[in-house]
Amino acid sequence: MTLRVDRPLRVVLAEDSVLLRDGLVGLLGRCGHEVVAAVGDAEALVTAVGEHDPDVVVTDVRMPPGFQDEGLHAAVRLRGERPALPVLVLSQYVQRRYAAELLDSGDGTGVGYLLKDRVGQVEEFIEALGEVADGGTVVDPEVVRQLLRRRRDPLERLTPREREVLALIAEGRSNSSIARELVVSEAAVGKHVSGILTKLDLPPADGTHRRVLAVLAYLRA
Amino acid sequence: MIRMHPPNVWRAMARPGYLLSAWPWRSAGYLLTGVVTGVVVLVGIVTSAAAGAVLAPALVGLPLLLGTALAGIPVAALERLRLRLVDPGPAPDPHESPGEPGLRAWLSTRLRERATWREFGHALLFAGVLWPVDALALAFFLLGPSTVVATPLVVATAGEAKVLKVWLVSGWPAAFGFAVLGLALLVLGAYLLGVAAGARAGLARLLVASREADLGARVAELARSRVRLVDAFEAERRRIERDLHDGAQQRLVALTMTLGLARLDAPPGPLADQLDKAHAQAGTALAELRELIHGIHPRVLADYGLEAAVADAADRSAVPVDVGLELPGRLPQAVEAAAYFVVCEALANVGRHSGASRAEVSGGHRDGRLVLRIRDDGCGGARAGEGSGLTGLADRVSVLDGRLSLSSPPGGPTLLCVEIPCDPAS
Repeated sequence: MTLRVDRPLRVVLAEDSVLLRDGLVGLLGRCGHEVVAAVGDAEALVTAVGEHDPDVVVTDVRMPPGFQDEGLHAAVRLRGERPALPVLVLSQYVQRRYAAELLDSGDGTGVGYLLKDRVGQVEEFIEALGEVADGGTVVDPEVVRQLLRRRRDPLERLTPREREVLALIAEGRSNSSIARELVVSEAAVGKHVSGILTKLDLPPADGTHRRVLAVLAYLRA
Repeated sequence: MIRMHPPNVWRAMARPGYLLSAWPWRSAGYLLTGVVTGVVVLVGIVTSAAAGAVLAPALVGLPLLLGTALAGIPVAALERLRLRLVDPGPAPDPHESPGEPGLRAWLSTRLRERATWREFGHALLFAGVLWPVDALALAFFLLGPSTVVATPLVVATAGEAKVLKVWLVSGWPAAFGFAVLGLALLVLGAYLLGVAAGARAGLARLLVASREADLGARVAELARSRVRLVDAFEAERRRIERDLHDGAQQRLVALTMTLGLARLDAPPGPLADQLDKAHAQAGTALAELRELIHGIHPRVLADYGLEAAVADAADRSAVPVDVGLELPGRLPQAVEAAAYFVVCEALANVGRHSGASRAEVSGGHRDGRLVLRIRDDGCGGARAGEGSGLTGLADRVSVLDGRLSLSSPPGGPTLLCVEIPCDPAS
């Protein structure tokens, strides 16, 4: 059996369907990972992460009590509190909007956004989980497909300010350095950056930093 | 809706106890006032018409003629009051109120109304035909039987009586026999009075009471029920979406997971191949189910609102779509759903028929209305007629008091515009 992973991970799992939760616990266990907590709603997820300090979080988007996007918001919140915490979000359907929200959390590393269907592709799923835990970025091919369908000439859509920010990124400057240069708050720079990344339709390829991709788009334009 | 019918003379006659109730008296009163009113109306109309005609060359007659033409109005008003005697249900005034004060406005409104002329007809009918009929009914059904009942009295005072001016009666047995017969006739007459008054009132109601008010109430009720229906329809869609999501979809995911694991465990050979196939089929089913659920009610619309859902629809479109939509926030659910499905249908049509290379969705919320425009640079000639999904959507938009308009000249471009009045949801 080739499925055993080299690096066992401590996983906190949030999934409200008991059927799937049990299935995922079994699946991750088979591969050598340890599910330290398996919970059924977003509140319990946040609590469990505080309690267990896991290597990676796997969460469903839609969970009780509202059955909307509680899981996604919990993931964004967790990453706001612990930017280094890798999170893999599973969803029954993909939305560019969800992807953008997630990738803009933290610094865009150590996140994954996958269609739930992909858990059926056991090997790929486990591989993606490992990637996210190692700080990589994994986006579902379906999201990428949606992004590629959008219109081109992306730089056209940037505001002059966003282009300035992008140019500074290309120089390898950090957000705080850009903020100082443009005499704005760091939060404002963060907003410009996420605006740029969204407008450039940037699905980060595995393990590649989005800022690098943004710069590539800038250079090619 | 259950409507409570107010009692009237017809319903009273269908019940026992009619004879002892006030209804026969009310019927008699209705017919009697009918005779009196009719005579007055006859005299009034004939006099004023004659005077008007004679004086017309001197111009003073013209207002008189005009007054004659308008005589139907007070007669009808009185008739509506009299109706309460035998048919107390609402008999609304059919006239509109003139838009502005003043005699001129009142006159021009009244003279243009169909109700005025219907009422004039009623007045003529009343003066010429109806009151004599009322009088005959009273004579035959009330006075006649009453005189027969009074036979013994007449015999007692005058020694003999000529009943109904036909039969001469002088003996007591015959007199009392006629009295009993008279009572029976009176009973029959009470019912016939009711019939005469009821029929007469029915005719009057037809001529002088507004039918539109009743119709208006029904239209309002229909409109309300249509809104309820659409709300129920929308709630049902959301329920189906949730059920599919929580049920079938989760099970299918679990199934693909199990099959995926089984495939890894199976030794290479026919079994592994079969598992491969099953796994792929389950995956396809899952993808199809996902699309189906998205078509029923997309999550992004529920979670993020119209702006994001339109952007999502644009992403999915085969033809590149520019989106320029700015909204102040979330809109009411029904508005978001209707607008979203209009955009989807429009973009689907763009992809299917237009041959367009580019489409654009633009709009926003202005002056209390959501306005959306979907434009493409295709060949035009689109019609919102039979078989088009737009017809159903136009209905849906009109339930929300909105409008859907399509402009698609041959050669293009096609522009679909939807406007729905709404306030941003709090």
